[in-house]
Amino acid sequence: MSAAAKLPRWAELVLLPLVNLTVALLLSGLIVLLLGESPWTAFKLMLSGSLGSQEGIGYTLYYATNFVFTGLAVAVAFHAGLFNIGAEGQAYVGGLGTGLVALWLGNAPALVVLPLAILAGALFGAAWAFLPAWLQARRGSHIVITTIMFNFIAAALMTYLLVNVLIKPGQQSPETREFGANAFMPAVHELLAKIGVTFAGTPFNLAFGLALIAAALVWVFIWHTRWGFALRVSGENATAAVYAGIVPSKIIVGAMLLSGALAGCLGLNELLGAQHRILIDFTGGAGFVGIAVSLMGRNHPVGIVVAAILFGALYQGGSQLAFDLPKINRDMVVVIQGLVILLCGAMENVFRAPLTKVFVIFRRESAAK
Amino acid sequence: METYTLIVLLLAATIRVATPLLLAALAGMFSERSGVIDLGLEGKMLGAAFASAAVSAISGSAWLGLGAGIATAVLLALVIGFACITHRGNQVVAGTAVTIMVVGLGPTLALAWFNLGGHTPQLDGPGQRFVGLVWPWAQPAREHPLPGLLYAELLSGHNLIVYLAAALVPLSAWVLYRTRFGLRLRAVGENPHAVETAGISVNALRYRALIISGVLCGIAGTYLSTAASSGFVRDMTAGKGYLALAALIFGKWRPWPTLGACLLFAFTDALAVRLQGVALPVVGVIPVQFILALPYVLTVLLLAGFVGRAVAPHAIGVPYAKEK
Amino acid sequence: MADRIDPAVPALELRGIEKRFDAVRANKAIALRVARGSVHGLIGENGAGKSTLMNIVYGFHRPDAGEIHVQGRRAEIHAPHDAIAAGIGMVHQHFMLVENFTVLENVVLGVESGALLAGGFAHARGELEKLARDYALEVPLDAVVSELPVGLQQRVEILKALYRRAEILILDEPTAVLTPQEADALFAMLRRLRDEGKSVILVTHKLREIMAITDRVTVMRQGAVVGEFETARTSPRELAEKMVGRAVLLRVEKAPARPTETLLAVRDLEVRDRLGVARVKGVSFELRAGEIVGIAGVSGNGQSELLETLAGIRAPTRGAITMGGRDLVAERLGPRARRTLGLAHVPEDRLRMGVVASFSAEDNAILGYHDRPIYNRGVLSNGASIRAECEKKMAEHDVRPPLPALRITAFSGGNQQKLVLAREIDCDPRVLLIGQPTRGVDIGAIEFIHKRLVALRDAGKALLIVSVELEEILGLADRILVMNGGEIVGEVSANEATEEKIGLMMAGVKGEGRA
Repeated sequence: MSAAAKLPRWAELVLLPLVNLTVALLLSGLIVLLLGESPWTAFKLMLSGSLGSQEGIGYTLYYATNFVFTGLAVAVAFHAGLFNIGAEGQAYVGGLGTGLVALWLGNAPALVVLPLAILAGALFGAAWAFLPAWLQARRGSHIVITTIMFNFIAAALMTYLLVNVLIKPGQQSPETREFGANAFMPAVHELLAKIGVTFAGTPFNLAFGLALIAAALVWVFIWHTRWGFALRVSGENATAAVYAGIVPSKIIVGAMLLSGALAGCLGLNELLGAQHRILIDFTGGAGFVGIAVSLMGRNHPVGIVVAAILFGALYQGGSQLAFDLPKINRDMVVVIQGLVILLCGAMENVFRAPLTKVFVIFRRESAAK
Repeated sequence: METYTLIVLLLAATIRVATPLLLAALAGMFSERSGVIDLGLEGKMLGAAFASAAVSAISGSAWLGLGAGIATAVLLALVIGFACITHRGNQVVAGTAVTIMVVGLGPTLALAWFNLGGHTPQLDGPGQRFVGLVWPWAQPAREHPLPGLLYAELLSGHNLIVYLAAALVPLSAWVLYRTRFGLRLRAVGENPHAVETAGISVNALRYRALIISGVLCGIAGTYLSTAASSGFVRDMTAGKGYLALAALIFGKWRPWPTLGACLLFAFTDALAVRLQGVALPVVGVIPVQFILALPYVLTVLLLAGFVGRAVAPHAIGVPYAKEK
Repeated sequence: MADRIDPAVPALELRGIEKRFDAVRANKAIALRVARGSVHGLIGENGAGKSTLMNIVYGFHRPDAGEIHVQGRRAEIHAPHDAIAAGIGMVHQHFMLVENFTVLENVVLGVESGALLAGGFAHARGELEKLARDYALEVPLDAVVSELPVGLQQRVEILKALYRRAEILILDEPTAVLTPQEADALFAMLRRLRDEGKSVILVTHKLREIMAITDRVTVMRQGAVVGEFETARTSPRELAEKMVGRAVLLRVEKAPARPTETLLAVRDLEVRDRLGVARVKGVSFELRAGEIVGIAGVSGNGQSELLETLAGIRAPTRGAITMGGRDLVAERLGPRARRTLGLAHVPEDRLRMGVVASFSAEDNAILGYHDRPIYNRGVLSNGASIRAECEKKMAEHDVRPPLPALRITAFSGGNQQKLVLAREIDCDPRVLLIGQPTRGVDIGAIEFIHKRLVALRDAGKALLIVSVELEEILGLADRILVMNGGEIVGEVSANEATEEKIGLMMAGVKGEGRA
């Protein structure tokens, strides 16, 4: 009943997430204070570390690329009413697909190997999402728990493969040999150098462009196709979906395949663009950052890109922080991530009511004039 | 006789592994019976594991550690309650958020306070850990395989938290089915509107359930860092909170079947540890990674419905709003 | 009579109750006096503010202003707890029962008398047996509520209130789930309560009930009290006009039906629910072009399952549904395929099934038809066409406000229903299934929808209407099938139908020609 008064659209989409983010950052600052460091110094360090130099910006966008993929993955599942905590595992296994193609065809022409590597990443990621999706659709198995379990299983599988099967012979650390150079995703600074622009050498690469294209395609798919419509109906009201002739089990499986495929593209940036080999834990928690990014971006591609860049800056700035302040390490970024998920995803109502009140008062006053 | 001893030792290991799972699963039972999905089990346990190890390391008292562990887990439970009960937020997201936050916060605080790269100091002083209690005549009893060895290994020799966890199963069942609080708890998870109409505050009931969940998670986390091992290391819960949740579902939200499910998980885990490096007939030596993944695979298999479909509390996961 | 009812000290008095939900004034300066030992009717259309008012009295909502006096004393009611303490009991339209609890557990919940259950149960058992004897309210105390028929569940609700020593009993639309005969039994029980000196507030939108049982009646419209009458000195027509604010047509005007060929045939249909319980048992009937067939029955007797099975939402365990020479069951056609065959469906529960609450009107106007070529351009959806089509539907069906981009929940129930109906008849279906055509719909829209349905019939469509409103069935249908316990227990043609006759069948007494 209290649905009558609503925040204006811009406030709902921009102001509210900003308020939530600000509170999350303030709380993070409080924790920094608790650690015995100055939040203000930490903030300045993070800002200068992430956006204060070409190198910082390059790294920020490189991290952001991962988060766009995983954020989109989480968002697509969300629109179908599913909480996919398994983006981490899907990205990990997806990277395996990408990496295998790169190892196998690394010396084939880039126009052959890169599309195949993208396809393989998407397919492997989708495959890893399939079983939890199918179990949810057919057996009602709680997808949150099964996808978490698949994260653990993916980690075990990848460790096994890297330690026992794919390891470069005669090497200690569990990683593969380097891909052939044709399987490298072109770095932005190299491309800029070709047209005579100097940019600091960073892992920022063309996969960022692919991530933006993926974001645009997700936008079109979710809001401007009949399949996206069916997916949203199913996510909002499963009963109405059945009534409308939409089969929820198909939507669940379809949405999770798409979600897994998007997460599976992380390897394009991380492996083809930066590491040039498959190695242990290359996902680095990006799947979980995806949850924060998706929630902060209100499950909208534009919001996700913005939030991903913000988290990219947080990651890059966090490295700087760990470097300069002995009492802080990269785990602090995980704390911030948790706070952002909490405030943007679970506590959005906390500030919605007071904000709505402010708007109602404001409207009454302007009406009185 | 060799096999017999092995089996007894395996069962003893099962009991030890089952303890934190059981505590967490019972914690989940209270909050989920009240209608709040508890995906924060993992985070609350991990937070308690850190707090208890840290306080025990500083104070030298495992009991103070336990107190800190419980306080931390309750605090985290209240955060979830504030988001999900007071402000009707998404319960799944809130639990996940708290877990992720704690995953980062533990090592962060450990680094800042102890400067040991994200873990707490070794708990090796007297009284810093909960150690096994050896029952009277346990040592001489070992000489007699039956029932002496059973007595010495299965009954005697565990730490206090193990016995506490065992006692909590009948206690929880009694609270749930024989007390006013239990009746109201079961009702509020099924139909909160009926509870409100009957003149009982839905939110107060749910907060109490979450606090109980926090206390139990606090004990579980304390067990991990100050009883089962000697200190906190990062990610030391390793998904136990989610396994507990699966055990709870498998146990259909009832104390005794949940105990059974926890023992099954624990037995698999204990068996897997035994199997490491052992050559089995036909398959040979199973790679250690697969053995470590066994509990997770088992969880998926159980949830896949080898158990039949479990019927959750009817109102679970739905934020309660007075106006319909 | 006069000595029992003491007008000086009313059992319940409301003074100047105000309640605002954001922009909507749901209750405007409400004053109401309910005399001791009386049955007081509260009547009004959907959205008139009756439920809000009663929820304020019961402590679910806090009023913005105003006072509540119980038995002459000011009562501060902040929560149901306070209302119970003040001696107010309420039986909600949707029962507030824990379905997997026993009757005893449900009654005792909240008044357990002690931290342990055993003692409280023993005490309650004795007290309830006495109450049951005094008021003829026998219920098996150890039965699980979900296994009781709806009528008995209602008794449990009344017992709950009496066990809490309620002096004022509020019943919100209590007859919606009862046969006319069961309703009469309920009224007899309410009279007994009144004679004991208790006060009963009956909230309803059915004039028949007001006339049958109440001593006084208060009429609400748009959040305000617009009149109060002594029941003996008013008439249904006067009350109806007060409710709506203008003269109303109480009966649908229509010519006799001229049915032609059979469009839909149902043979020996059996439907089981998830637990394997048969909900529809061997139902057979035919639906012809140019007729409206009504299905009457107390809610929960298989009508919903029948309707959903015909629409393709549920799969039957046995039987055939034939349409245009094809067996929809054997071919396993889903809702989508059935729509293309010309079978449209307006579902019973609009907000649960018929619309997506968070979507705009235009998105809801394509629900189920979203893959039609007119709404798409290649792989993309055609936003311009979706909007234009929605505007067209809104204009043709007088949907107000005519704003396609507005969220569907911002429309009134009547306007939502008009849009759903417009959506379903847009593709010119031959057979139309309609569940609860006017649930949660204001009288103006009811008239519009009824006229529209009759027009569709006259245009040669076959209509199947399921409604728990017997009056609506009697007014619209040319032929009435009565369901009880999953079976069709009787068939009556419109000109032979009376409320009593159908009521008996609804209670399970087999009708002529069918049994």
